[in-house]
Amino acid sequence: MSNAPVDKGRRRFLTVATGVVGGAGAVGVAVPFIASWNPSARAKNAGAPVEVNIAKAEPGQMIRVKWRGKPVWVVRRSTEMLDGLKTHEDRLRDPNSEEPQQPSYAANEYRSIKKEFFVAVGICTHLGCSPSYLPKEMEEHVEGVESGFFCPCHGSTYDIAGRVFQGVPAPLNLVVPPHYYVDDNTILVGEDKGQA
Amino acid sequence: MANKFVEWIDARIPMTKTWNIHLAQYPAPKNFNFWYLFGVLAMLVLVNQILTGVWLTMNYVPSSEGAFASVEYIMRDIDYGWLLRYMHSTGASAFFIVVYLHMFRGMLYGSYQKPRELLWLFGMFIFLVLMAEAFMGYLLPWGQMSYWGAQVIISLFGAIPVIGDDLTLWIRGDYVISGATLNRFFALHVIALPLVLVILVFLHIIALHEVGSNNPDGVPIKKPKGSVPDEEKPKFKFHERFTKKYDIVDAIPFYPYYIVKDLVGIGIFLFLFCYVIFFMPEMGGFFLEPPNFEPANPLKTPEHIAPVWYFTPFYAILRAVPDKLFGVILMFASIVLLALLPWLDRGRVRSIRYRSILHKLNLAVFSVSFLVLGYLGTQPATPTSTMFAQIFTFLYFAFFVLLFFYSKREKTKPVPERVTS
Amino acid sequence: MKKLLIALVTFIPSLVFAAGPTVPLDEAKVDLHDKASLQRGAQLFMNYCLGCHSLQYARYNRMFEDLGIPEDVGQKNLQFTGEKEGDLITNNMSEEKAGAWFGNPPPDLTNVARVRGPDWIYTYLRSFYRDDSRPFGVNNSVFPNVGMPHVLQELQGLPEKTYEERRIDGEMKKVYVGLKTDGKGRLTESEYDQAMLDLTSFLVYMGEPMKLEQRRMGWFVFGFLLVFTILAWLLKKEFWKDLK
Repeated sequence: MSNAPVDKGRRRFLTVATGVVGGAGAVGVAVPFIASWNPSARAKNAGAPVEVNIAKAEPGQMIRVKWRGKPVWVVRRSTEMLDGLKTHEDRLRDPNSEEPQQPSYAANEYRSIKKEFFVAVGICTHLGCSPSYLPKEMEEHVEGVESGFFCPCHGSTYDIAGRVFQGVPAPLNLVVPPHYYVDDNTILVGEDKGQA
Repeated sequence: MANKFVEWIDARIPMTKTWNIHLAQYPAPKNFNFWYLFGVLAMLVLVNQILTGVWLTMNYVPSSEGAFASVEYIMRDIDYGWLLRYMHSTGASAFFIVVYLHMFRGMLYGSYQKPRELLWLFGMFIFLVLMAEAFMGYLLPWGQMSYWGAQVIISLFGAIPVIGDDLTLWIRGDYVISGATLNRFFALHVIALPLVLVILVFLHIIALHEVGSNNPDGVPIKKPKGSVPDEEKPKFKFHERFTKKYDIVDAIPFYPYYIVKDLVGIGIFLFLFCYVIFFMPEMGGFFLEPPNFEPANPLKTPEHIAPVWYFTPFYAILRAVPDKLFGVILMFASIVLLALLPWLDRGRVRSIRYRSILHKLNLAVFSVSFLVLGYLGTQPATPTSTMFAQIFTFLYFAFFVLLFFYSKREKTKPVPERVTS
Repeated sequence: MKKLLIALVTFIPSLVFAAGPTVPLDEAKVDLHDKASLQRGAQLFMNYCLGCHSLQYARYNRMFEDLGIPEDVGQKNLQFTGEKEGDLITNNMSEEKAGAWFGNPPPDLTNVARVRGPDWIYTYLRSFYRDDSRPFGVNNSVFPNVGMPHVLQELQGLPEKTYEERRIDGEMKKVYVGLKTDGKGRLTESEYDQAMLDLTSFLVYMGEPMKLEQRRMGWFVFGFLLVFTILAWLLKKEFWKDLK
């Protein structure tokens, strides 16, 4: 065994280089393990966009469909309902839909593409119960408001555009899912227009 | 800062001490050769099997209705599911390759001899558990080979007199292999046996580090205290646990020298491993057998069933014997005899380098017999192949018998005082 | 010693599963990069096979994507049962009914190329011949007494076993010379062979849809391992200088 002087710089460089490359390898190995937790092809298929036929919807009627395992509501709003939206804006948390709870094309006063049809995910933004639709009986919960949604779990209230009232546990307006009109009678829930 | 943290830990658990005893100040003989790589490779494959196994469990469905489809689901619908599955299936075969080579290393250099008998026995238990683990894992994909392979192996227990039939019924939990069998195999494969395996590996390493590693010369690196002049001692600091009673010669610390050496070996091993995973996951029908891509069908046996390649040497021994019970006994004996090596070999010289021509020849014939039996086990039985299987079964057992008799008065070469390099 | 080990590791006789058909198989020159061939194969499968044989572990949209078929084109031309594009490729045949019609239910074919191998499929599809003793009037020389009609008869026509008179050892004998079609099919012999190669290729793709991605990734991993191993080797040399 000789005691030749050690080239410390070279040794350090090789140690660091091997460590870095080995570390990169470990990250590479982690990729399949992490990626395998993404929704599988089966889950994606089960969560595929859902077509809703709205041809036969009467004013005031709600159609419920399931999208990604969650209830999605399509409500055909009557003119009275739409007119009523203006009356209580001072009592709402987010009357102008500033929070990103809807796609940009639904960030308007009706929170919808066509004002007649309101599309929303029927899950309370508080703790995930599904609120009840009260087309006429909303007065019981909010004075002066005829129609809206009431969550039976903790009493959160939303108006007929899914906007949450002040003084209830729910913090945000109801979520409007991506959707578009395939034709006049069909809405596709789960996809923006033009998206593959 | 870092020092403070280490001190804080060391005051509570022996972190630095463990690191030193087992790595940084562990004296490893300086003359390890290529054969000493397979221990660390076995560890690597074990980690691979546990990780990929846990991930496969996340999507596997352990039921006779769902198992096959869930494997295809993993292969097709899960992102990178195919990669996780191929890593696991290739890892199973790789495990046996490195373990067989690791065991062969022990036979080459007499690593089972005193004082490493218990180390060897732990190793043999690891091998047994590994075989059980592999066998039960192979049922899980619920393909034709899974099903009929398990059918054949479980039927082996039927050869046991008196209780045989009841025993097979009990193992299966049904009159045929069924969902009940699948479920219990699944539980054992993913929880019980891996746990036992990890504990045994731990004991194996504890035993190794207690007695110290053997080396290709089979010459101890521990000399009586005070017998070695200072200038002949290695310049490295070894833990006092090793130097208290002995003078250590011809040793280097495991860390960093063998760690960096093993990294090169790991790199080369991974080339081979990844070649199989990415370019030939079936390995020509050896690692994944074609009939296993068909769901299990209890009404139709595939034309030719053979166990996976790592069982075929023992399977060939079983088939070589025309009597069912005696065949099963011989098959188990072929493994038990390996475990008894420390007592069958009565020689004092460990390494093949200094043993007699007779021993070299004997071990060579044994190795060839093992390989030939492995090959015959993959082939359909014909009268000729059965005759060959009988000859090589005889040679396999002859190794142990001969060893027992000649080892006591073996004509060995002079063994050097110190390891050669 | 090292040589011995390398010999051990590479000791891989390739004839484990040699026990199989007795007829010599024709080689199927499958090219998974040939998307046009795979597409034609998919079309053949959907038109002629899917009625009885499902691909129940594979999904339409994955297949469209892998084969380079636009989704709307695929849905219109290859999906006949009105499922969603992400659905599994199944059919409506119940097992009991199928069993009653064919003796055995027609097997799912997702993995058939992994079970039988491409050469077997390619030869099998070209080995139907007339046999009036069989319920469907045809037999197959690769899979004797198969319970399947010659579904592709409109393409191939109906082949018959043909014999020639030949003089052997001074005696005239009838010698089997192969299958010859009656020429009533829509395709010529070479067109039919190409079509069956397309169909075989499609089934090979089906067995391992990840194959191309897998190989691409393999080369990438090799590149990484090369760098890592070289670095590790230099590092080892550097440290082991201490021991000289």
